[in-house]
Amino acid sequence: MSAPVVRAVGEAAVLIEFGDRIDAAINARVVALDRALAAAPPHGLVETIPAYCSIMLEYDPLMTTQAELVAAALALADSASATVIKGREHVVPVSFDPLDGPDLDQVAAQAGLHWEEVIAAFLAGRYRVFLYGFAPGYAYLGGVPPVLQLPRKPIAQRGHPAGSVIIAGPQCLITTLPMPTGWWVIGRTDLAILDPASERPFRFDPGDTIRFERA
Amino acid sequence: MTVRLRVEAAGPLTSMQDAGRRGALRFGVPRSGPVDPFAFAAALTAAEPDCGTAIEVSLGGLTLTCLEGEIGFALCGAGFTGEVDGRMIGAWQRAVLGPGQRLRIRHGGGNWACLAFSGATTAPHWLGSRATHALSGLGGGMVRAGDVLEYHAARTPEPAALAAPAALPDDPIGIVLGPQERFFAAAALEQLCTAPFTASGTFDRMGRVLEGPPLVPLRLDMPSEPALPGCLQLTGDGRMTMLMADHQTTGGYPKIATVIRADLARLAQLDGGTALRFEAVSTEEATARLRRHLAAQTQALRRLVPAANLAERLSGQNLVGGVIDALDGDET
Repeated sequence: MSAPVVRAVGEAAVLIEFGDRIDAAINARVVALDRALAAAPPHGLVETIPAYCSIMLEYDPLMTTQAELVAAALALADSASATVIKGREHVVPVSFDPLDGPDLDQVAAQAGLHWEEVIAAFLAGRYRVFLYGFAPGYAYLGGVPPVLQLPRKPIAQRGHPAGSVIIAGPQCLITTLPMPTGWWVIGRTDLAILDPASERPFRFDPGDTIRFERA
Repeated sequence: MTVRLRVEAAGPLTSMQDAGRRGALRFGVPRSGPVDPFAFAAALTAAEPDCGTAIEVSLGGLTLTCLEGEIGFALCGAGFTGEVDGRMIGAWQRAVLGPGQRLRIRHGGGNWACLAFSGATTAPHWLGSRATHALSGLGGGMVRAGDVLEYHAARTPEPAALAAPAALPDDPIGIVLGPQERFFAAAALEQLCTAPFTASGTFDRMGRVLEGPPLVPLRLDMPSEPALPGCLQLTGDGRMTMLMADHQTTGGYPKIATVIRADLARLAQLDGGTALRFEAVSTEEATARLRRHLAAQTQALRRLVPAANLAERLSGQNLVGGVIDALDGDET
């Protein structure tokens, strides 16, 4: 297990990197440090952003120094790396109706499969919540089966409703806003990942696992 | 007294903002809040709203008609000016809007200003904050033509010309290299610190395009990483964008450097087409500049309103956290 690399992000944040690729074991170290920081936040820590293989620590440079903050975080990373975090499992129902999954045919053609085989392959995948990123409630899931891993479209296309289930490469995402995307739209779910009015507006946590089933 | 204001016209970047939302970056929700925190703090200091909230106005301006009631307001930020029923009240002003009167705010240099009313807004909270994320509209909300804004407990403080801060310096913009400077050739890093760049007119609350020599990354193979305001992100064609208040919380494009906090709002306020240069500094130097910057802002807030009791105002409102720190440091 390699030692984490620390990089400055201006004078008020550092990035701690545990690797440079999308990998569940590396992401588990990110999640473990994130939880250790939440349980025992170092003096001056403002906010953390866990991602695939790195975590951003924002701090108040008037309350602490980069050196002190990094020393405290690395000490936590050492003890946290042995901790195995068990996430929750979620089941997400998906409609693969042609109106909900307009790109199913194209994905099937590129993968050399019948569209029913695309659905079966997708449902057989085991997905992990790696991070939230980009915009509110956009949970990045890894675990798309290799046969369905396609490069994204050359140009983003508009008009896909919230709840769209989209894939690109090894990644899968359930959208929360109507946004243009260059990913492949293969289905849609009625399950709100972002429920703005809820006490707990975000359904998943990094480290959770997802199973999709046909609605 | 309850006051109702009808929005007659609003530029596309007009939104409700408070000091910003903490703790939700991990869910893809940026802090949002004002692009120019000093303009925001000044508007709140002068208008003393009960809600810690102001309306952020950009180039498109804002026109409001008071349907009912009477309310004080403060307009602060860059060269934005106000008119009440066609009577110019200038920039950096505290004034009163009465029933039937029309307030028109116009851009007059700079890109961002804040308008605070002396009352309590009914705009909604989201995740404990009224800061608006423009893309989703979550938070206090975008302000659009046809909306009716409501304020309770309206007051009418004495009109006053506010002490506008000194003109912004045109020193180079401070940056700390990284976190992905290794994705660039030495020549690109050299260009970043020596070549002239231009603050383009292409911006929104998410970011601002900075024109200059293309700084093309050597590779683009990184998994998405977290980002913060000030990050200078380069796309594959070498085009640079500075991330701002509503930034994407993660991104897969390399970030060559980070604009220091003391210079973030200065860069955001530069008129479109203004030339600029960057200067690489250490994190220690960046921190020293931040301390001086916040101390200067505290002094400016102290001078803003004649006879204002600043400490009382600051303690009652959630302004820029660092301003209070700097004030304490300054007085002890």
